[in-house]
Amino acid sequence: MTSSSNNDPSVFAEQLAVRRHWLLCAPALTVLFLAASGPLLIVLVYSFLESGEYGGVVWKPSVDAWFRVVFQRDIFDDTLSLADAHLKILWRSMRLSFFTTITTLILGFPTAYFIATRPQNSRNIWLFMVTVPFWTNLLIRTFAIMEVIRNEGMINTLLIFIGVIDAPVQMMNTDFAIMVGMTYVYLPLMVLPLYAAMERLDFSLVEAAYDLYATRLKVLWRVIIPLVRPGVVAGSILVFIPALGAFVTPRVLGGGKKMMLGNLIELQFGAGRNWPLGAALSITLLAVVMVALLVYVRTVQKNAELQR
Amino acid sequence: MQDNVNDAPANAHAPGVDIIAQNVVKIFGEGAGQVRALDDVSVTIHENEFFTLLGPSGCGKTTLLRLIAGFDHPTSGTIRLEGQDISHLPPYKRPVNTVFQNYALFPHMTVAQNIGFGLEMLGRSNSDVADVVDKMLALVRMGELRDRRTDQISGGQQQRVALARALAPRPKVLLLDEPLSALDYKLRKDMQIELKRLQHETGITFIFVTHDQEEALTMSDRIAVMSRGQILQIGSPRQIYDHPAERFVADFIGDTNFLIADVTSSAGGKARLLLSSGREVNADLPEGMTPSGRVTAVVRPEHATLVTPGEGELDGMLENVVYLGTDTHYHLKLSDNAPFVVRSQNQRNEDEVFAVGETVGIALESDSLQVLRD
Amino acid sequence: MNILSMKPKTFSLRYQPGFTIIALACFFMLYAPIVTLVIYSFNAGKYISIWEGFSLQWYVSAWNNEIVQDATIRSLVLALQASLYSTVLATMAALGTTRIRPFRGLTAIYAMINQPLMVPEIVTAVALLILFAMIKVATGVQGLFYLVAAHTAFCIPFAYLPIRARLEGMDLTLETAAADLYATPWMTFRRVTLPLMWPGIIAGAMLAFVISLDDIVITEFVKSAGQETLPTYMLGQLRRIITPEINAISTVLLAISLLVVSFFFVVSHKRD
Repeated sequence: MTSSSNNDPSVFAEQLAVRRHWLLCAPALTVLFLAASGPLLIVLVYSFLESGEYGGVVWKPSVDAWFRVVFQRDIFDDTLSLADAHLKILWRSMRLSFFTTITTLILGFPTAYFIATRPQNSRNIWLFMVTVPFWTNLLIRTFAIMEVIRNEGMINTLLIFIGVIDAPVQMMNTDFAIMVGMTYVYLPLMVLPLYAAMERLDFSLVEAAYDLYATRLKVLWRVIIPLVRPGVVAGSILVFIPALGAFVTPRVLGGGKKMMLGNLIELQFGAGRNWPLGAALSITLLAVVMVALLVYVRTVQKNAELQR
Repeated sequence: MQDNVNDAPANAHAPGVDIIAQNVVKIFGEGAGQVRALDDVSVTIHENEFFTLLGPSGCGKTTLLRLIAGFDHPTSGTIRLEGQDISHLPPYKRPVNTVFQNYALFPHMTVAQNIGFGLEMLGRSNSDVADVVDKMLALVRMGELRDRRTDQISGGQQQRVALARALAPRPKVLLLDEPLSALDYKLRKDMQIELKRLQHETGITFIFVTHDQEEALTMSDRIAVMSRGQILQIGSPRQIYDHPAERFVADFIGDTNFLIADVTSSAGGKARLLLSSGREVNADLPEGMTPSGRVTAVVRPEHATLVTPGEGELDGMLENVVYLGTDTHYHLKLSDNAPFVVRSQNQRNEDEVFAVGETVGIALESDSLQVLRD
Repeated sequence: MNILSMKPKTFSLRYQPGFTIIALACFFMLYAPIVTLVIYSFNAGKYISIWEGFSLQWYVSAWNNEIVQDATIRSLVLALQASLYSTVLATMAALGTTRIRPFRGLTAIYAMINQPLMVPEIVTAVALLILFAMIKVATGVQGLFYLVAAHTAFCIPFAYLPIRARLEGMDLTLETAAADLYATPWMTFRRVTLPLMWPGIIAGAMLAFVISLDDIVITEFVKSAGQETLPTYMLGQLRRIITPEINAISTVLLAISLLVVSFFFVVSHKRD
């Protein structure tokens, strides 16, 4: 059998084609490397440097920043203790992101199902209604929800007006406010992938389940949810990741009192003047996100294998 | 006469010859995943011929077509057009046009713009292009749809536009890649006649790829039967049908009965065969074959009739009778347990003469047996 | 109203109890705050929660606010540049990653292009802050360049996705057919490939524009003093006593986004 490797002109043509395709990608990859991926390496390097007195770094290797992510040194007697403030913020970030994911799932699943079961022509209108908030400014949406839950906001004014309460309920600057805000701004991120999965759902399978004596609840649990599981996972990841790194929403609705990881990082580059610590916290956040993504990829692969 | 399987020409510049493929090999993939799509294929296609590449899917017929069009290039071997080696020319430098299986009409252009595209690319003047487009629209009877978008016309109409688009630049050769497979039965029958008419009117060489043996037999001047990357037999429809040289050809085209027989003598392309029933018959031999011993011969079901036992060349037991309107098929089991089918045309008010379970005789028409090259 | 009717009279395959109510509540929840915000932008009073009659005065005051003017122009210039550059780069990358058998390195290219979607924005923001601070110290170069570069990079995946989707949905035999009809590779690209991918390019450019216009985290970290964009200006204002002027600015931004997204929706759902 003759080898097709070296002397076959069509193989050579294919190699040329591959090179041409690489060249087409090169400009985009260069920009992405210079202004997105590459700088992440600098962050990693910075996390192992000493902090400068007025921000910036001193080019001396140090693990102090990483140490400080978890521990703090007493200013007076140099004793070590756990960095309560940091751990509290880390814990809040995880907790609020998790509950936001659950809330958006509980609200988003029926919404996506509703859209997917509309007739074809009105379906696009409903889908559009979810897409619009998705593409509108996150800050504006956060501002809008702030209007609703402020002490002088819609809810309190309404409740006082109908006499349920005498004084406004403090909702701003609480964990609750941040969670409501994140649920509000990230809901479309849950609905869209769920919808994409449900749109492909073959309703003859639902028919078959009913035919085999399944109740509505059984159909939902045993047929619909397992079939749209990839959408559930995708939506959860799409909500969890930006929630974990949220910056604008906790800043506006937490009022600087209830910080999340994103705000803590910003603090180190601003008033905190500890760039290495900020860098170390950033890498920590990145690592958690990567783990979440890995879990996602694993789930998708497993699903793909199951369907084979 | 019968074309040789290896009909690579001695004289590559012979007049009246359009396309010559010589020892063409095409390998896809590398290493263990290698697929030999074409395995040493040689064929000569004449000017103004309706030539069909016939075979099951994966036999290499579409690959050969794509090599002639220039969408792929041979791993080794050459393809000549009017004596010129075009093996590695890009498609836009070949005077060869294609009608694609899915038509591949440009969705962002009108019918007329589609038809004029090739001429425009060749740099013809606008008035020239308009002239030819009008002629083509008339040729395929689509004049009134010239400014429609191609997604606003029916499948049959798209087919005509694709034909007109490929014919408009007046190519030396028109390649047709299963162009009728997407049409329904009635439309397909009409288009078969239409294609023959177009080929006749334009005088262009047509190379037609199909897996439909009936289509191939109806339309072609010559047919090349392909299997597993090789051309097994080339010949006129009648030659292919009446004188299949290989088991695959006999089996792929039409219904066939296979008989095991022993050669008693052979001379001048004919042989005497001793059948399992003990009787001797004449049979045609494939070209250049001098057989001896045991061979396989074929006979078409319509070349046999049922007779009273002992009166025919074979005897068998009638197992099943299938009534098909125009014909009746009699399924039999021969004395050596081989299956055999006899087809007979039905007459009105005919009575069933033979009953299932009966032993009957089978009479073979004289000169109806063909020995296979095994 | 049909969709509000709770339980269908005949058996419906698709019905699930409570789903319709939750869905409609969600739509209400999504839109009520935004609608309220828009309504109060027309408030005559100076508080954002006490309605004192209809007026356009806050639009006028925003229009006359020099800082707002400045930030608006900067936002638009930035978004236009970033969407233009990122769309060109993304178009090339989309052509480079489709219409070929998967080759070695393709997965890496995908990962690289989608990287801005996977890394939290705050991390990228911090990274760019550090990098650009180093460059600024080393070269002394100031200007909008840094923001343009940052926005271009994170807009690439948004521009890339619709363009690639368009190319992947494209019938490859159309290009083959063009080559068969004597079109050179360049003519095939100009007359067949480009016209067919055009809706994808438009869609990608619009997404990139909206994404750049709305960006806040990366801009907040990368901008130098005096380089406010509309979102960073608004973020700063939210710490003060808020007047309906912010509502007015928000409404205008919302209108722009809505316009662009509607157009995007029409383009990308157009059948052809």
